[in-house]
Amino acid sequence: MSAGVTIEFSSLTKTFGQVQAVSDLSFTVEPGQVTGFLGPNGAGKTTTLRMLLGLVRPTSGSATFGGTAYRDLPSPLATVGSALEAASFHPGRSAANHLRIYAQSAGIDRERVQLVLHRVGLGAYGDRRVGGYSLGMRQRLGLAFALLGDPRVLVLDEPINGLDPEGIKWIRLLLRELADEGRTVLISSHLLSEVQQSVDEVVIVSHGRLIHRGSLASLDQSEQKQVIVDATDRQVLAAALEAAGYTVSPLRGGVLVADAEAADVGRIAFAAGIAVTALSQKRVGLEESFLHLVGEEGAL
Amino acid sequence: MSSFGGALQSEVTKITSTRLWWILAIIMVAYVAVCAGGAAALFGGLGDATNGPSISGESLAPLIYSFGPTLGYVFAVLLGALATTNEFRHQTLTPTFLATPRRGRVLVAKLVALTGAGALYGVLAMVAAVGAGAGLLLAFGIDPQLGDPDTWALVGRSVLAMALWSAIGVGLGVLVPSQVAAIVIVLAFTQFIEPILRLASSIADWTAQIGQFLPGAASDALVGASFFALAGGGGGTMLEWWQGGLVLLGIAVLVSVLGWFTSWRRDVT
Repeated sequence: MSAGVTIEFSSLTKTFGQVQAVSDLSFTVEPGQVTGFLGPNGAGKTTTLRMLLGLVRPTSGSATFGGTAYRDLPSPLATVGSALEAASFHPGRSAANHLRIYAQSAGIDRERVQLVLHRVGLGAYGDRRVGGYSLGMRQRLGLAFALLGDPRVLVLDEPINGLDPEGIKWIRLLLRELADEGRTVLISSHLLSEVQQSVDEVVIVSHGRLIHRGSLASLDQSEQKQVIVDATDRQVLAAALEAAGYTVSPLRGGVLVADAEAADVGRIAFAAGIAVTALSQKRVGLEESFLHLVGEEGAL
Repeated sequence: MSSFGGALQSEVTKITSTRLWWILAIIMVAYVAVCAGGAAALFGGLGDATNGPSISGESLAPLIYSFGPTLGYVFAVLLGALATTNEFRHQTLTPTFLATPRRGRVLVAKLVALTGAGALYGVLAMVAAVGAGAGLLLAFGIDPQLGDPDTWALVGRSVLAMALWSAIGVGLGVLVPSQVAAIVIVLAFTQFIEPILRLASSIADWTAQIGQFLPGAASDALVGASFFALAGGGGGTMLEWWQGGLVLLGIAVLVSVLGWFTSWRRDVT
């Protein structure tokens, strides 16, 4: 595997008639990591990826692989593997023939077809017509197409959609493996929870605009810490905490203390002579931060 | 490396990896064989009868063999048109353009591959027309003229016509990406609109001059014999065979270039 490839988006803009689908999008995607490209449905993710892959012409700006546009890559499938959301298969064609067609046009060794079919777990089904495939099998075939040229960059649009729990576990491991091999992995999703166990970095878009870029941890708004605490007599506990200046609200399983450290809450209870039966620090969830970032329409 | 050779190979595999091409071929062969055989039996058997239609023995064989392209060309156009409209319909243009981002290369490869497939259809149609036609002519004691080089020249020109028709189908499919619309246009034009136009064009000299450039008329000119020309009375004004070929080639290029601008180079969403 040669040196990693960085994906560079530079002021990428796409206008469909009056609608600005993607606005002045600039960010980079580094090799050796899994980057999640997140945003609610209709945020412009698919359009952005299609521009990156030369399928849609940008109104302005550019998207390149280390400075080279997709259509100028000498061996596109051997550099970039991609699986887009749409099911792009002829239902009457077998999976093996589907892959063979693109292997031929890209000048990829024929043996890779069986290899990638096995890698995505379709080894036994390669000769079946794709029309009879389940949604999960189609997702896997899409991934097989992406892996066909043993590419250094993977661009996957909603790869987890339609997979069963076992499939989700499998793709997480696969993505991790690919990133650990030094490849650049960019996956889109409209659900953070779907990819949060897989991604290292996140790029969040909404209404075609970049609204957050950083590590997964950067989404964790740690300044907003909460504590959940419980005792046999909750009234006394709540009163003690309120006396200490905290805002408390009752929960079914205890008392929620806003903007607090578990150690402080424990000390107050101890000083008041209350035996605490439960005490835990709670962070504002990543999903909540994500929804907060993308606004109301994120709550789909 | 992606290359033209690879793109061409891929387009050939696209044709052979679904059932469409051989199902269409079987229907075409059966249709041509039945019609050519039936015509041979009709004219061969009734040729001596006083009340039957009469065509001189010498012109009968080429007319019957011309059933190959005159009935078969619809299948060649459909094969070409379905090859392109299927890419739009099943969204396989996405992986196609991902594997070969040079879209012009893909289109040329498709045209070349389907021209070859059309030629194969031409060979199959002529096997059906000559096989059934000559067989029945022989049965009625008529010379099938298989020793005549003119017959084989007609066979060759028929194969060329079928190849060009398939390329026209590809171009049409690019120009009209909607599969249903493309099929309706092919059937309506070849089976209904053009025959009427050809009949109508034979009314006056100047209209006949235009009518000879209609694709079906050009195809008949290329093949060199046609029942339509005989029956329709429009056969008076005919292009030279090579001119007919150029007209078909011109149509194929024209619709492909138009389609390039209207659909092929557009965003694939």
